[in-house]
Amino acid sequence: MLLLKLFFAFIQVGLFSVGGGYAAIPLIQEQIVDIYGLMTLEEFSDLVTVAEMTPGPISINSATFVGMRIAGIFGVFVCTIACIIPSFCICLMLAHFYYKYRSVKGVQVVLSAMRPAVVALIASAGASILMLGLFQAELAEVIPGNIRIVELGIFAGALFLLRKYRMNAILIILGSGVVGTAIYSLMGAV
Amino acid sequence: MKKDYSKLRTLFKTMFVLSACTFGGGFVIVSLMKKKYVDELKWFEESEMLDVTAITQSSPGPLPVNASVIIGYRIAGVVGSLTAIAGTILPPMIIISVISLFYEQFRTNLYISTALQVMRAGVAAVIFDVVINLSGNVIRTRRLLYIAMMLTAFAARYLWGISAMAVILTCLAIGLVDLSVSFRREKGVEA
Repeated sequence: MLLLKLFFAFIQVGLFSVGGGYAAIPLIQEQIVDIYGLMTLEEFSDLVTVAEMTPGPISINSATFVGMRIAGIFGVFVCTIACIIPSFCICLMLAHFYYKYRSVKGVQVVLSAMRPAVVALIASAGASILMLGLFQAELAEVIPGNIRIVELGIFAGALFLLRKYRMNAILIILGSGVVGTAIYSLMGAV
Repeated sequence: MKKDYSKLRTLFKTMFVLSACTFGGGFVIVSLMKKKYVDELKWFEESEMLDVTAITQSSPGPLPVNASVIIGYRIAGVVGSLTAIAGTILPPMIIISVISLFYEQFRTNLYISTALQVMRAGVAAVIFDVVINLSGNVIRTRRLLYIAMMLTAFAARYLWGISAMAVILTCLAIGLVDLSVSFRREKGVEA
């Protein structure tokens, strides 16, 4: 019965979390902590921290974490699969219609108007992450004097390697973690 | 749209690696997917990838999973979708399952938190690299409407905190108006 509860809780998380990972967190909290009482609030805040620190979508991370804590490997599968069932059904349908009609001229006109918006959204996500990296703060709370020189150097170096030598993006991401941590530990900050 | 089952292996492998190495949310993985599927493998056109991003952003559920469903579907139908999803969700499932056993040590480890902090700089560089190319292409359309929409959408999202979905739906509405205007113009020419 516990597994069934988890299953329905995460179907709802998958279905109602519109607009990215951070929209999913309050929903998961509502389902897991408030409605079903499967976790305490404290356990839940640990979960959010860990989900943010690991790669992968936040809702999948949380589904796995909750599943593992409550019902072991079985729980992991139940929660994760429940979480993606709504995505799967809805996106499959949308993909079907998109590929059926996308070459229609009128549809092209409408889609072309959405593309600049997508570019802007990606840019905005990049700007947020850059501010967090350089100032450990959101734009509104940025204090220019607090700029972190090591991160600034890594950003500039990484962008140079990407533009000039088209270096592999994953190597850049992992490399920046290694190089940055090495610099900080040489400086005695770690 | 033809299905190509020979690409399933690459599809799975690519999704697995991207998912295992993407820190920092949906748009990071979208940038990486663009680099991989458009620039490197040439499976998709750039415009198609942007359409897919718009669709994934306006449907419920985790963005990388949504993108996997559509990208997989395009490559090999429903089988492709399932393959891509498996590639995307396995790394976080494995990583979190392991970490959940000793998350206290993980959470308080100073090396890990430092690495995660500096990695943001690298992630930001990757996104900026992609954005430079994408916005260059928008500017090259030389359509003032699109350039203005891009700048306004950026301000709306980043400065005013309007939700990504609201931004996309507004642009969809503008697209519909644009369509009806161009219809009327064509009719006017015929008359």
